[in-house]
Amino acid sequence: MSGTVVSTTGWKPNSRAARRRRADHLATAFGMVMAGILVLVLASILWTLLSRGLAGLSATAIMKPMGPPGSSSGLANAIVGSLIQTFMALLMATPLGLGCGIYLSEYGTETNKFASCVRFVSDVLMSVPSILVGLFVYQVLVAPFGHFSALAGSVALAILAVPIIVRTTEDMLRLVPTSMREAGAALGATRWRVTLSLCLRSAKTGVLTGILLALARVSGETAPLLFTSLGNQNWSFSLNRPMASLPVTIYQYAGASYEDWVQLAWAGALLVTMGVLAINIAVRVSARRG
Amino acid sequence: MTLATATQPEEARDKAGVSHSGSRRSGPDTVFHLLVAASALLVLVVLGGLVVLMGLGGSQAFRTFGLGFAFHDVWNPVADVYGAWAPLFGTIVSTLIGVAIALPLAFGTAFWLTAMAPPRVAAIVGTAVQLLAAVPSIIFGMWGFFTIVPFMARTVQPFLTHHFRHVPGIRFIIHGAPFGTGLMTAGLVLAVMIAPFMTAVMRDVFAAMPNMLRESAYGLGATRWDVMWKVVVPWSRSGMIGAIVLGMGRALGETMAVTFVIGNVTAVGWSLFAPRSTVASLIALQFPESPAGSLRLSALLALGFILMLLSFASLALARMLRGDTK
Repeated sequence: MSGTVVSTTGWKPNSRAARRRRADHLATAFGMVMAGILVLVLASILWTLLSRGLAGLSATAIMKPMGPPGSSSGLANAIVGSLIQTFMALLMATPLGLGCGIYLSEYGTETNKFASCVRFVSDVLMSVPSILVGLFVYQVLVAPFGHFSALAGSVALAILAVPIIVRTTEDMLRLVPTSMREAGAALGATRWRVTLSLCLRSAKTGVLTGILLALARVSGETAPLLFTSLGNQNWSFSLNRPMASLPVTIYQYAGASYEDWVQLAWAGALLVTMGVLAINIAVRVSARRG
Repeated sequence: MTLATATQPEEARDKAGVSHSGSRRSGPDTVFHLLVAASALLVLVVLGGLVVLMGLGGSQAFRTFGLGFAFHDVWNPVADVYGAWAPLFGTIVSTLIGVAIALPLAFGTAFWLTAMAPPRVAAIVGTAVQLLAAVPSIIFGMWGFFTIVPFMARTVQPFLTHHFRHVPGIRFIIHGAPFGTGLMTAGLVLAVMIAPFMTAVMRDVFAAMPNMLRESAYGLGATRWDVMWKVVVPWSRSGMIGAIVLGMGRALGETMAVTFVIGNVTAVGWSLFAPRSTVASLIALQFPESPAGSLRLSALLALGFILMLLSFASLALARMLRGDTK
């Protein structure tokens, strides 16, 4: 693209072709910079987390429960609380999401108005701001009973997980060839048998992927837990009482003015992010292999 | 669930898409159908309940302040006077800034990944971008608060104030003490949060274009950018708008990340660098201190209802535009 070459054969330095090629190079550079910025942001986030969180990530932080500033406290009850609540949420969301996904793919034909309505609503639920889900569950499960509870937190997380499971289940079941269903029916299997033992089994990996992605999404959620499971300074295993969770603890500690609390917040943030990213990478690796 | 009763031959026809209403079915099958239909219904009920409860909870505020609630710019818990305009303004402006920054980020990345990057590099960068989408929002908030906010306070704002203090027009936008928090910071954080989602949608849309068109353009001597700008973009315009609206919907309801970096002051003004608040951040901060049955709680729920409508509208718009391409 040397523009200074003196032309002798009618080739002009500023010809249309040269200009178009220059635009092409410019666009390439632009795209590269934009992609580079996004990669840099990820790197910056990971670097911030590692440099600030690694120092606080000790045996105490993982083994001991939360406590007043100054004492050697940790995040153990928040970690366990997060595990309990996400597990409960998946326990509720998986059957519901599977059922809804099965309904949409097996019974929700083009002409089924109810099914297309449910499909739309599931999409809406997927994009509902998570804090509104928290407000909703507060009104249904917290306000009437007069106290915050881990159960309410789990329900809020479940509501966020369901649409993801519905979407992947439906998509994966639709990939199962009709001939397989016909073969099942020809062998005399009832419809529920065909659906569960043939279709769902052959779509197993995809459906599992959806559940794992829902797990990854839900385990980092903070906003829906603020008004439902509230958080707890002490050990609590009762679903009927407020329960600590890692994201809410991070939120409370990050804004605190105590050095060791902020330190714990970063350690917790590192733990959550690593967990979420590990699930995502695992899903991607297994998807590539399967 | 062990009894497997005789199957009717219409089972197979059922699956082929023929309406199955009225066909004879065995007992367990009916139970199964009812079961899955019930779970579908439950999903419907949850969203219905969400909308209805939000509206009911906010009705007290709507009754007290009328429709002017949405456009009244005072939010004063002490005097018990509430208007939604300050947080709504914050939500709308921060979302617009976020989308405006995310659009070139997402478009550039999607273009480079689909047309330019060597496959192996594209795979790695693509994975990194997808991982960025998976980072929890509270992490974006902490990162923004400890990285972007100091940067804005120490570098960007003093620079802007120094050079543009006397420029009419711009003066009002950069006005304010260098706190580092505000609409601009929130918009930046939102942009890097929603850009991965928009990139993913745009990549899908670009990849969905028939290769024939692409090859014909190359055959005519077009450069890769020519193909992108004159063939791919016009072909996938509605899909791209769908991606933008999708990103917008995410930015509208984002809570944790914004709460960390917006400064949380319920005021309205043109400065992009002064602390503001958004609907979601205001709910997150003030809900815990609002007693049940109070007007304040009702006003917060009314805000939630308006946010619900906004996010609903953006999704409906995205769906409508995406429907055009198919």
